[in-house]
Amino acid sequence: MNAKLSASLAVAITGTILLYAVSDFPDFGDPRSPANAGVEGGAPSASLYYIENTYRDTKVPNLVTAVLADYRGYDTMFETIVILTAGISIFAILRVMRRDDDVVAPSPAAANRTIDGDHHRIIVGTTCRIAAPLIQIFALYVVAHGHHSPGGGFQGGVMLGASFILLALSGSLRETLTRFSERDYMRMAFVGILIYAGLGLLPMCIGRNFLDYGVLSGLFMTKGEEMARSHSMLGVEIGVAITVMSIMFAMFANLSTRGRLQEGL
Amino acid sequence: MQAFFQEAVIPHFNFWIYVVIMMIGLWSVIAKNNLIKKLIGLSIFQTAILLLYVSLGVKEGATIPIIDHHAAELSLEGDAAAINPDIIANPVPHVLMLTAIVVGVATLGVALALCQMIYKDFGTLEEDEVLQKIKALHDDV
Repeated sequence: MNAKLSASLAVAITGTILLYAVSDFPDFGDPRSPANAGVEGGAPSASLYYIENTYRDTKVPNLVTAVLADYRGYDTMFETIVILTAGISIFAILRVMRRDDDVVAPSPAAANRTIDGDHHRIIVGTTCRIAAPLIQIFALYVVAHGHHSPGGGFQGGVMLGASFILLALSGSLRETLTRFSERDYMRMAFVGILIYAGLGLLPMCIGRNFLDYGVLSGLFMTKGEEMARSHSMLGVEIGVAITVMSIMFAMFANLSTRGRLQEGL
Repeated sequence: MQAFFQEAVIPHFNFWIYVVIMMIGLWSVIAKNNLIKKLIGLSIFQTAILLLYVSLGVKEGATIPIIDHHAAELSLEGDAAAINPDIIANPVPHVLMLTAIVVGVATLGVALALCQMIYKDFGTLEEDEVLQKIKALHDDV
């Protein structure tokens, strides 16, 4: 009780200080606020530059994708590496390799998981098996059309991962792992990063900066630097999507089975 | 009181909501004893930060940060006024929070993995019981 009282006191003091600071903030929805338009009399904000010049620089109308994959390419690459590191950490913390280490006997519910043993499973399993490829096609659209509509590598990657998680939840994890095995998803996670970093390294081979995609117009057979940047962004987003998909499924598979990758939940 | 609401609260209501949500998260991180409840608090805290950033990029009457193709082509032909920054939301907070959401999910996964190992080793997720068991282990040695 005493701990809760002191916690409430600390939270009340912090909240009061924050609320006091809030009165100096710009109004909600103000297009002239410093974040949106820059400081008065000073330099214009970065967002104004992006809004006015992104299409001229890259031919990508979706500003979020352009800033994410091109202007702030370093940031996104290392965010993807953070996700990969999280996947490796979960593997290192949870994964149990020994087969004889308290192998859990399959529960009666798991034993009933045959097609004709459980009528609920027929409906749920069939629906999810039909839905999964449709979800994956939509996810691929989200990745590939991320330049022109809301979408991109992170969103599409999470959807691809969710389709595998759906299969594992509705059917069996073991069966899903025969399609997308541990070896596969750990490899794919690294392949995604390699696609991203490799595309960044290519300009370095001809003496330009890391992730300076504009010079790849010869590789993509485009006329100008703008389209080369646009195509490189697609490549980068594909790399991000592969890594995110693999790590999302790796996290689910390890967390739901306490690292044994046998029938969990 | 009414003047205070009209001058301080209503123009900044997004910040007030963010402070309240963040304090709910902070309180459960400090006061709750169960590790999973602490993680829920941490997620609430993170959501408040996402809300703060995205609400900073809002412009009254603006739409999503995707440029209309027609306006974009006009701007390439030299019409500088074709793209009006006032009707396009600020893209920078969206970019920052997009990656923050995915990284938040990844770190939450690591935290849940650690909780599973704590439960496996100590048989409980209550913080004080875990601390007692660690202390007992040290006393034995």
